[in-house]
Amino acid sequence: MELCDRTASELARLLQKREVSSREITESVFRRMDEREEKINAYITRTRELALKLADQADRRYRHNESLSPLDGIPVAFKDILCTKGIRTTCGSLMLRDYIPPYDATAVEKVLKAGAVLVGKTNMDEFAMGSSTENSAFGPTRNPLDPERVAGGSSGGSAAAVAAGEAIVALGSDTGGSIRLPAAFCGIAGIKPTYGRISRYGLVSYASSLDQVGVLGKSVEDCALMLGIVSGHDKKDATSAHTKTPDFLRSLNKGLKGLRIGLPKEYFVEGLDPGIKERIMAAVSLLEDNGVHIVEISLPHTPYAVATYYLIATAEASSNLARYDGVKFGFRTRENVTDSIMMYELTRSRGLGKEVKRRIMLGTYVLSAGYYDAYYLKAQQVRALIKADFDKAFEEVDCMVTPVSPCLPFRIGEKITEPLQMYLVDIYTASLNLSGLPGMSINCGTIKGLPAGMQIIGKAFDEETVLRVAYGYEKSIYR
Amino acid sequence: MDFDVIIGFETHVELKTDSKLFCDCPVDYDALPNTLICPVCTGQPGALPVLNKKAVEYTVRAGLALKCTVNRLSRFARKNYFYPDLPKGYQISQYDKPFCEEGRLEITSGDGQPYAVGIKRVHLEEDAGKLVHSSDSFEASEFSLVDYNRSCVPLLEIVTDHEKNPLRSTLEARAYLEKLRQTLRYIEVSDCNMEKGQLRCDVNISLRPKGSKAYGNRSEIKNMASFKAIGEALEYEIARQRGIIEGGGEIFQETRLFDEAKHLTLPMRSKEDAPDYRYFPDPDLLEIELPDDFVDNIRRSMPELPDQSVDRLVGQYNLPKEDALLLTRDKRVAGYFSACALFVQDRQRLSRWIIKDLFRLLKKSSLSIAQCPVPPEGFSELVNAVTRDEITEKMGRQVLEEMFERGVSAGSVIAEKDLKPIRDLKTLERLVDEVIAENLQVTAKIREGSTKPMDYLIGQVMKKTRGKANPKELAKLIQEKLLG
Repeated sequence: MELCDRTASELARLLQKREVSSREITESVFRRMDEREEKINAYITRTRELALKLADQADRRYRHNESLSPLDGIPVAFKDILCTKGIRTTCGSLMLRDYIPPYDATAVEKVLKAGAVLVGKTNMDEFAMGSSTENSAFGPTRNPLDPERVAGGSSGGSAAAVAAGEAIVALGSDTGGSIRLPAAFCGIAGIKPTYGRISRYGLVSYASSLDQVGVLGKSVEDCALMLGIVSGHDKKDATSAHTKTPDFLRSLNKGLKGLRIGLPKEYFVEGLDPGIKERIMAAVSLLEDNGVHIVEISLPHTPYAVATYYLIATAEASSNLARYDGVKFGFRTRENVTDSIMMYELTRSRGLGKEVKRRIMLGTYVLSAGYYDAYYLKAQQVRALIKADFDKAFEEVDCMVTPVSPCLPFRIGEKITEPLQMYLVDIYTASLNLSGLPGMSINCGTIKGLPAGMQIIGKAFDEETVLRVAYGYEKSIYR
Repeated sequence: MDFDVIIGFETHVELKTDSKLFCDCPVDYDALPNTLICPVCTGQPGALPVLNKKAVEYTVRAGLALKCTVNRLSRFARKNYFYPDLPKGYQISQYDKPFCEEGRLEITSGDGQPYAVGIKRVHLEEDAGKLVHSSDSFEASEFSLVDYNRSCVPLLEIVTDHEKNPLRSTLEARAYLEKLRQTLRYIEVSDCNMEKGQLRCDVNISLRPKGSKAYGNRSEIKNMASFKAIGEALEYEIARQRGIIEGGGEIFQETRLFDEAKHLTLPMRSKEDAPDYRYFPDPDLLEIELPDDFVDNIRRSMPELPDQSVDRLVGQYNLPKEDALLLTRDKRVAGYFSACALFVQDRQRLSRWIIKDLFRLLKKSSLSIAQCPVPPEGFSELVNAVTRDEITEKMGRQVLEEMFERGVSAGSVIAEKDLKPIRDLKTLERLVDEVIAENLQVTAKIREGSTKPMDYLIGQVMKKTRGKANPKELAKLIQEKLLG
C-alpha cells in the first residue's frame, strides 16, 4: 500500500513514531497526482512547491518533538471555494480564474495552523452550483472508481482527490448535499456538520443560510480528526455558533448499544435505486445486530424539500453573486463598452457559466416585487415545517439513517442537459441544509463496482452521535 | 386654488463610530483614498459582515431622542442594485424590521407654535463608496475612480411620516432639518457636517387641494447636501407642481434631480423605471434582539437634548427664552455658558456678552466656540470686572478683543493698558475742579437749576481720565461741588 492510500490517522501515528516523514507522504501524494490527474482532473491548482516546503517544516517539528496536531504534516486539499491568501481561488469559474484572495478563510487558517500540508485547490461545480462537478470552467472531475462516471458534486474534486490518494483529507462545502453526494459517489466518508459549527468566513457564498464547510476523508476517524480542527466559534462570522467543540475522536468509541435510529419512511419510496435500498437495509440490519433500536419515523414535508431548496438557494445566490461585476476584481470583458451597464452585462454574460446564470435568473425572479410572497416567503414557511418535522422525529430517535442519493454515480454528460433530473439528486440531502442539521455520508457497499452511500443524520450540534454510529458501522464491517 | 403642501424627508446621517458598520476598518474622512479598506468593505468573495455594537447603540440613542418606539426584534435586509461604488452589488440596510419606529420631533412652526413632526422610522444601513469622476458627471467622464474608504460607514436613515403630522411648508422643512441636526449633534452620534456629506437628504413633495383627504402624486428629489439646495429645490418644486395642477395638468410620481447651478429640478426617472431592489432578510446577519437593559442603559445615559437645555437655562439661570434659544443652538456654546456661570453671578449679563460680543468676535474670525481663544474662566473674569464697575462696558469690549486676539487674561490687559478706573477721590476732585473752572458758563446754568448740561460736564471729566472714571461717581461729585 502506498503512503497516499493510507488514512490520516494511520499516517499521524507513523509520523509520531517517526517511521515516515511528511516529505515522503507528500511526495507519494504528488506521484499519485502525476499518475492520475490527467484522467481525473480533481485539481484546479496544485501547490507542489509550497507543499514540499510545508512538509519539510512539519518534519523539522517532528524531529524537535514540537508537532502541532495529529494533522501536522498530513497532505490536505481545499475545495477551490475556500479563500487562500496568495493562492488563486477560482470557485470553478472563469469569473475568478485569476482571483488571488488577500486573506485566508478561517477554516483554511485553522488547518494550516495545525501543520497540515496544502497540496492544492480542488475542482468543483462553478460557485458550488451542481451535483456532478461537470459545471466547472476547468472541465469535469471524473470518478476515480470509474472515470466514465461523475464524481458527484459540487465538492467532486475534493472527494475524487481523497478517493484516488491525491490527498489524504480534504475540506469541502455543502449547500444542498455537495459534500455528502460526492463522498457517496467516490466511496469515501464526508460530513456536513451543523450550520454554525464551522466558520463560513472565507467560504465564497453561494447560499448563505445553507452553506456549510465540511470535511472529507477515507475513514470516519479522519473526518472526526479534521472536524475537531476546523470547528469553533469565529467572531468574523455572525452566523457561527457559540458552542464548545467536543472531542469528536473520543466520541467514536462509545459503541452502538441502546441507540435509537430512525428510518424516515419518506426516504425509501419510489425513485430510490433498489440496489442502494438493499445495501442500506443490510447496513441497518448490521446496526441492529450491534444493539441499536430501529424505529420507523415520518418526515411528512420531505417531498417539498428540493423545491424549497431551489427557491431559497437561488434567491440568496442571485444576491451573493452580484459582486462579480468586473469593477473590483476578477474577470472583466475586454470588449469595447459605452457605459457601465454594458460592462456589467458583457462581463457577467461571458464570465459566468450556464448553470450559474440559470440560478441567478431563477433567484432574481423569486425575489422580484409581486413574487416574493408566493415564492421566497412561502419557501421560508415550508423550510420551517421541514425543520419542525425533524424536531418532532428527534423526540423519538437519537439519529436517522437514509440513502445519500437516489442513484448510483451516473455517466458524464448523462444528466447535464436535464437540470431538473440533476436537481432531484439532492432529494435526500437538501433537507439537512434547510434544517441546518448535521449529516454524514459513508460507504455501505458497492453495486457492480459502484459505491452506495448511507447518510446518518443527527440532532443539531450532535455530530458526536453521527460519528459514533458511522464509526460503529465501519468497525463492524471491517471486523 | 388653495393647496396643502406635504413634504417628506429621508435624511441620511453618517454616524461617528470609530470603526465601520460591518468591519474593523477605521472611519476617517480625511484619509487617503482606499487606505481604510479590508476584504469585508470591498466585498471580497467569502468575506462576511459582523455588526458594530456601537452603531446600534447610536441608532437607539437617536431613536430615543426622536421619541421613537425601539423594536425588540429587528433585522437587516439586502437592497440589491448594481453601481460601481457598491462593492457587493447590494447594500445592507433595513426594510421590514428597523431598529426604531413611530416617533416625533418638536419644531417651532411658521406661526410660532410648537409642532411635533411625525417620524416614521429610524434605521441603520451601510454607506457606499465614493466615485471620483474624471469630469463633471459619470456619463461625461472618460474614467471614474472609486474610493472604498466610505464603503460600509454606518449611516442612519431618518424618515418623516406622511400621514401623522407631516411637514407642510419650506419653512417647516428648514426648521425640521435644523432641529434634527441640532438634536443629533447634541446626542453626539454625528457631526452632521453637510460639506463632508455627513448629512444628506432625499426630499419628496406632493400637493393636494385644501381640505382634500387623498394624497397627490409625489416627486422625489434625490441626494441634496445643503440647506440652500433643499430650500431652493422645495420652492421650485412646489411652484412647478402648483403650476401644472392649476393649468389642468397631472403630476406623475417620479424621481427628480436638483440642478444647483440652474436652480431647478429635472426629471431623473419615472415610477415605471423605478428599480426593484428585491429586498430580503440578509442571511449573513441573524435577527437582532435588543435586551431591555441595553435599551434602558442608553435611555439612562442619554445626553441632554436641545429642548431640555433651553428649559434648564431658563429655569436654572433665569434667562429670557430668546437668549436660551440662541445659547443652545450649539451644544458647545451652552456648555461654554454653563462653565462661565460657575464663576459669574450676573447670568443675564453673561448671556448678553456671549450673544453680542463673543459671537461677533467668533464670526469675524470664522472660529467655532470650540476654537475660542478665551477660556470660560477668562471670559468670566472680564464679565465680572464689568459687573463690578471696574471697567466700563465699552472698555470691556476692547479688553475682550485683546484677550481674543492675543490669548491673554482680562487682568493683564487692564493692567497693561492702564485701564484700571480712577478711584482716588483727590484725583477725581482735582479733575472736576479743573473742568468747572474751564466751563463757568455751563456751571452757571446748572446752578440755576438746569440738569441738562450735567452730561456735558461728566463727558469732559471722562475725557481727561480717558474713560477710566465711573460716570455715576462723577455726577455725584459735580453736584456736590456746584450745589453743595
